[in-house]
Amino acid sequence: MSHRSISPEAGPLPAGRGWSRVRRTPALLAGSFMMLVLILLAVFIPWISPYDPIAQDLSAFLRPPSADHWLGTDQLGRDLFTRLIYAARTDLGIMVLAEIIPFCLGITVGMLAGYYGGWVDTIVSLVTDTFIAFPFYLIVIIVAFASGAGAQGIYITFMLVGWIVFARVSRGLAASLKRQEWIASAQTLGLPGWRILLRHLLPNILPQAVVVLMTDMVGVLVAIVTLGYLGIGIAPPTPDWGTMVADGQSFMTTAWWLSAMPGLAVVYTGIALSLIGDGLADLWRRKS
Amino acid sequence: MTKTSPTARRKAGCPPSYRWLAIAALRALIVIACVTTAVFFLIRIVPGDPAKMILGEYATAESIAALRRTLGLDLPLWEQFVRFLHTLLTRGDTGLSIVSGVPVRQLIAERAPVTLLLIALACLLAAAVSLVLAVVAATNKDKLLDHLIRIFPAITLGMPVFWVGLLLILLFGVHLRWFPVGGIGEGWTGMLYSLALPAITVAFSQIPTLVRSLRAQMLEVLESDFVVTLRAARIPRRVILFKHVLRNSALPTLMLFGVNLSYLIGGTLVVEQVFGIKGIGSLLFTSISSRDFPVIQGIALYCAFAVVAIGLLIEIAAWRLDPRTKEKR
Repeated sequence: MSHRSISPEAGPLPAGRGWSRVRRTPALLAGSFMMLVLILLAVFIPWISPYDPIAQDLSAFLRPPSADHWLGTDQLGRDLFTRLIYAARTDLGIMVLAEIIPFCLGITVGMLAGYYGGWVDTIVSLVTDTFIAFPFYLIVIIVAFASGAGAQGIYITFMLVGWIVFARVSRGLAASLKRQEWIASAQTLGLPGWRILLRHLLPNILPQAVVVLMTDMVGVLVAIVTLGYLGIGIAPPTPDWGTMVADGQSFMTTAWWLSAMPGLAVVYTGIALSLIGDGLADLWRRKS
Repeated sequence: MTKTSPTARRKAGCPPSYRWLAIAALRALIVIACVTTAVFFLIRIVPGDPAKMILGEYATAESIAALRRTLGLDLPLWEQFVRFLHTLLTRGDTGLSIVSGVPVRQLIAERAPVTLLLIALACLLAAAVSLVLAVVAATNKDKLLDHLIRIFPAITLGMPVFWVGLLLILLFGVHLRWFPVGGIGEGWTGMLYSLALPAITVAFSQIPTLVRSLRAQMLEVLESDFVVTLRAARIPRRVILFKHVLRNSALPTLMLFGVNLSYLIGGTLVVEQVFGIKGIGSLLFTSISSRDFPVIQGIALYCAFAVVAIGLLIEIAAWRLDPRTKEKR
């Protein structure tokens, strides 16, 4: 971890070395590729598919997979593949948005608590230790109910409890890093606190936090989809993997793919994010 | 905590355990207080008027105002909170159901047994399967079986629990016809039989994390000095594994289980919906669709209480079983 201490001002890594390391991390490559495919599909779906994700075509309902409809059509005659990819836009968008504030907030709070210690640290540790037992799922359901269907409940809940996991990680890292010589020498050189935090601690905390972020995002995605399935998440007709599974449930015996495919899309995204997380962890471990 | 070594403290005649126990209990109380407060204020602060939600879009202004009065929503926030705490502390629930007029506590007590049975079955199943998988993985380290078992969590991490339930229904209920596709059977055997698939579904969501933790712990213990000594003493491998290694590596997994408990309960509520089981989960979601405000609040509080209480019990159990855990605090 302390290899960067050679120069007190840790600069970015040389690009060439970085890339050759990435190339030797198959998990990272595979995960990024899977994610890239999904993102490209989601961006270019209006040009890829001739169908509308919302307009109904009751003359072509519950069609099995064919050349025209790659994954068949649903009970309202909408092309399943098209809806699946449009749903990626909705769900991945909310997933990323819901994590931005908790991620930044958690790192800031954790870093300050770990580096400065004292009463700030006491309070932050107490809060994070307490909230680890928070019945998170119930709170999501309650907030989603109270704020009406939509993404609001998800954003509110994650702002409330999502930062804790990042605060825990960065607090632990900051507390152990600050005891190392290179931080001490930066302090002796008289660098101001904010500079040590931003230029020296943050670059060493971020990799670990990003690894945690990947796993956490899978959890957020599953929460979004679960709310959709229960009918208190994304409101129809906006395509969402969760509501799609719920809609297909009534046709399970005749058209199982209606429910199976959206779930598979969630699993696909989950695997991609896990692979990226594992790969980044590998990369980071090998570096130190 | 303090710089005195455990032995020094023991010699001084002050059991360090009670202080730890008091802190753990205090923390549990804080969580319950936080959840109570959070649920109360969240429902009121987030956009959307409960009275309007209960009555629907076409309600008149008068009927909304009337319902707000009955629910006490027209009072200042602090007064609502005092009233809420008062009912909670004196009666142990969050009032009467708007739909049926029955006390919330009674509604929950009627539905709780099925849910609790489902959770218990899922826990037993998860523990048994995780144990077998972790032992197989740890004893075959870096062999094919180990790799297969280790890939498992990465794949299952993103599997929504309701989707797993649906696939199991499709496979074992619709195609193979081994299990009923939903509902609850008659009598004890019928009940257990119909709860099998739901329990497998809930357990499935817990197994990956448990296996991962137990495997890592077992590997650590397998490499420790005392195991090497036991091997040198020619104690049979089976005895070392089950009597010594497992016992020493089970506790962190038990603690992890305590942390995951809220997910387990949340998952159970969702799985009940998938299988059409009339438990707490279905009560929660029918209350959500009928906007039965006090019931929802009551379920949240009772579940929070259960999560925290069981979490505390697990911590106490871990501490009773392994005196070392208290020194880590």
